[in-house]
Parts: sequence; C-alpha cells; structure tokens
Amino acid sequence: MKQEFLTITENKKIAKDVYLMVLEGDTSAITASGQFVNIKLDGFYLRRPISVCDYDDTTLTIIYKVVGDGTEAMAKLPCGEKLDVLLGLGNGYNLGKSGDTPLLIGGGVGVPPMYNLCKKLIAEGKKVTVILGFNTKEEIFFEDEFKALGASVHITTVDGSYGTKGFVTDVMKNLTYSYFFTCGPMPMFKAIEATAVTSGQYSFEERMGCGFGACMGCSCKTKYGNKRICKDGPVLEREEIIW
Amino acid sequence: MVNTKVELCNITLDNPVIPASGTFGFGYEFAELYDINCLGTFSFKGTTKDARFGNPTPRIAECDRGMINAVGLQNPGVEAVIANELPKLKECFNKPVMANVSGFSVEDYVYTCEKLDKEEQVGWLEVNVSCPNVHGGGMAFGTSAEAAAEVTRAVKAVTTKPVIIKLSPNVTDIVSIAKACEAAGADGISMINTMLGMKIDLKTKKPVIANKMGGFSGPAIKPVAVRMIYQVYEAVNIPIVGMGGVSSAEDVIELMLAGATAVEVGAANLIDPFAARDIVNDLPRVMEKYRINNLSEIIGGAH
Repeated sequence: MKQEFLTITENKKIAKDVYLMVLEGDTSAITASGQFVNIKLDGFYLRRPISVCDYDDTTLTIIYKVVGDGTEAMAKLPCGEKLDVLLGLGNGYNLGKSGDTPLLIGGGVGVPPMYNLCKKLIAEGKKVTVILGFNTKEEIFFEDEFKALGASVHITTVDGSYGTKGFVTDVMKNLTYSYFFTCGPMPMFKAIEATAVTSGQYSFEERMGCGFGACMGCSCKTKYGNKRICKDGPVLEREEIIW
Repeated sequence: MVNTKVELCNITLDNPVIPASGTFGFGYEFAELYDINCLGTFSFKGTTKDARFGNPTPRIAECDRGMINAVGLQNPGVEAVIANELPKLKECFNKPVMANVSGFSVEDYVYTCEKLDKEEQVGWLEVNVSCPNVHGGGMAFGTSAEAAAEVTRAVKAVTTKPVIIKLSPNVTDIVSIAKACEAAGADGISMINTMLGMKIDLKTKKPVIANKMGGFSGPAIKPVAVRMIYQVYEAVNIPIVGMGGVSSAEDVIELMLAGATAVEVGAANLIDPFAARDIVNDLPRVMEKYRINNLSEIIGGAH
C-alpha cells in the first residue's frame, strides 16, 4: 500500500449515474487486477473505496456510480485537481487458476474490475468470455471496450431493453468455461453460486473503515477462518466462502 | 531543542503519542508503512479471554467529522494473541506496549490480564470497561463506579504492571467513576472511549449499522474529551491518558493542557495510516510555535 497524490486528467459521465475518472501519478503500488483504491474527499470523514478498472505505471482508471453525497461530490471534481489516494489495497484476482476459457461476470458497478482482468487474461492467450449485467439500457457501459480487447461479450438487462433479457445467469447457464471471475451485488453472487459448474473467484463489497486491515470493520467468516474483505479480500475463492 | 518526553506510570515515553486500541491492530501492519518505534507506544487490539468474531456487518458508518463503529471486540483470544501476535510485534517494535483488555465478567478480566501481565513486552495494561458494542459486559462495568472499582481491584490483585482503566463517556458522572478506580488501586485512567451513537439511512429508513448503535469517534467528539479530561484531572492524582478525536499535534497539546499525561490517536489512523507518525513529527514545530520547551510541564496547564 502507498499513499499518493494523483492528478485528475479525466472525469466524465459514461452511463446513467456512472462516471469514469482517470488519475495520473505514481500508481506502481497497484499490483493485481481486482485491487481497489481508497480516496479522500474534502468534507467527508472516511475515504471512498473504489475498484481499479485499469492501470499502468502512471495512470489509474476508476469507474464509480453516484450513490450518495461522497460520490456526488466526486462527480463534480475538475481535471487538474489532486486527490489523496491509498493505492494497492486488497489481494486482487489470482489469474493462475483461470484455465484456457475463463468466464468474467460483472454486474453494474461490478463491471469495472473485470476490464483489467480481461486485458491480462487475453494477453496470456486465454479465450475470454464476458457477461455484463445491467438493469436497463441506459446503465450500460464498456461493451465496446471489452470487445476491443478481443473478448466475446454478452450483455443482459433486467428489463430486456438491450441484449438478453434477464440476469447474467440466464446467459451463464448456456456457456461452457474453464473457470469464472465475478464482481457485483450479492443477489447476483447467489444466483451465480447456484448456476456455476466450475471453481471461481468472487470479489466482495463491504462498508469499510480504513480499507487496509486495521479496523476490523469489514470482517467476514470463511471456511478457512475470519477474513478482512479489505486486506485478505476483496477476492475470495468459491471453495472458502460461507453463503 | 524541545523535549517531548513524558512519564506514564514510571515508564518514560519518547513522546506522548499512542495509537489507540482497535485502530492499530497489533502494530506490524503499520510497521510495513513506517518505523513504528517513532511512537510513544501503542495500545494493541482489545483482547478477550476467548476468541471473538464480533458483530455482524455493516459495522461502520460515516458521520460529520467522525464515524460510528460496532466491531464488537473481534480478536483471536488471549492465548492466540500471546502465541501469534506478540512475537510478530516484537520483531518490529522495541518499546513497551500497552495491552488492551476487555471482558464479560470480573473473572474474564482477571484471566486475560494475568496472562498478558507476564509478557515481557507489555508495559501497561489498559483495561477497557467501556466498550459500547458488546452486550452483557464491556460498558456495563464502566457505567457503575462500584463495578469499575471491582474490576480494578481484581486485576490489581493478580498483576504487577501499571493498570490503566479505560472509561466510558456514556455516563452521568465520569468523575465519580474515575475516583472509584483510583481508590481501588488503578495506576491511571484512559479516557474517553467512543460515545454511543447511531445513524439512519434515509433510503432504507433503517439504521446503517447491523448492531443498530455503535461507538462514535473522530474530531466531532474532541470537545467532550477535553471537558471530561479537565474534570477528571481535578479529581484524581493518577495520570490520565487522553483520547477523543485527536488528529493533530495541536490536539495532543490541547488534551495535555486539559490534564492528559499522554494522548491516544484513534480514528485518525483509519483515515490516514501515517497520522500518528505525522503527529509525532509535527510536535516539535507546534511546541515551538506555542513556546513550549518541555512537554511534560504543560500537563494540566489549563487549570
């Protein structure tokens, strides 16, 4: 983990209530897909944990949804402003188990961490299939970006306004895959757990105090003992999760 | 050259800055970020007789200038702390550490304190009779002068290290409880633990925290801490370890002027993992600004 002051170079709306922010600076503390950053905002006491969508040594891309006062303030931040960011938090996905035909499943703001993961798996020569689930057409983002990486992309919407009508599992149940990686809301996880035919990894969300393992605010029980979502997670393997 | 040294129960601290229990783990995770030997000491994660998972999540809520937590004393239990955590701590911290202890009965406190008292690296026992986040114990001992005194007497009877009783602000008269602890043999008082608070989510129309209520901490509670430390300082002769919303070197000095011999830094560590180190580094500058040469001379200076 490192603390850095990164400069906002882009902050734009890309779908309903969803924003993409690009930050520049030393991002070398980020070491794995699926890690997150914790951002200090003026006027708010706790930091905002946001998953990493993409990164290289000098830039960081995050995608966030405006859900409260903090993210609303974030959406108004101008380019050029510096943000106090803790980087390289959490374990991230373990790519070693993916097999040759991994399936990536993102739901809503669980989509962003799938992007860098997809990029890395394709760079390793894997044949990647992606399912992106949204409520409705105007919430969809990054369909073209995943296609540009070379992934086979399926979109689902709950109301049927775009792609397959229904949930990500309505597509998942008809696919064959070697392994799965997912991030999204708990109801989606439970549906995936009931549908999946292989091992996989889930990235969990929880209200956090610190984001770096100090406060025990985000603990959960697993088959291998208590874990902190922020430090020992957010990614847990299917075999260890207690539902 | 200013002097930041203070003496707490006959142990000299290089400076009065002490990360508070529950915000600093067992130290070694912060030791990856900076050399924690720059601290006066720190108070490690509240330890109980048996292992505890704590409360269901969500355990955290944000407030104006502060936060609410209802962790519920998650810890691996005293045996595991001694076997697994203290050896790791010893590798990165070469000063006496403050052992924070909680319990659900007088026997619990006695059991845990007796074990930790024998650990070489433990300098002080900080006995928490004020956790607002557990049922059937914790704060119950800290809201009654008789019960707090009973815990103090029982722990003193089985220990050799200085015993500091950590008090709750969620009481009508903290002074009478502090005096009862002093009369029962306490070597020090630490105060204040978190204030019982609550936050309701307007979208769900329900409490944010699964446990409904939790301990409110952060800069918003500092005036309450200053007031209570000031009151207790007038009533007891044992040292006070002050805490409550401390986020800067200026805050450290303010609590010392109210009567604190040393000062704990809590929630600030969670917002900025370097907070305690930065406060230590900033103390000489702020002392010079306010023409303080010797920090120990300002204790209780506001009286």
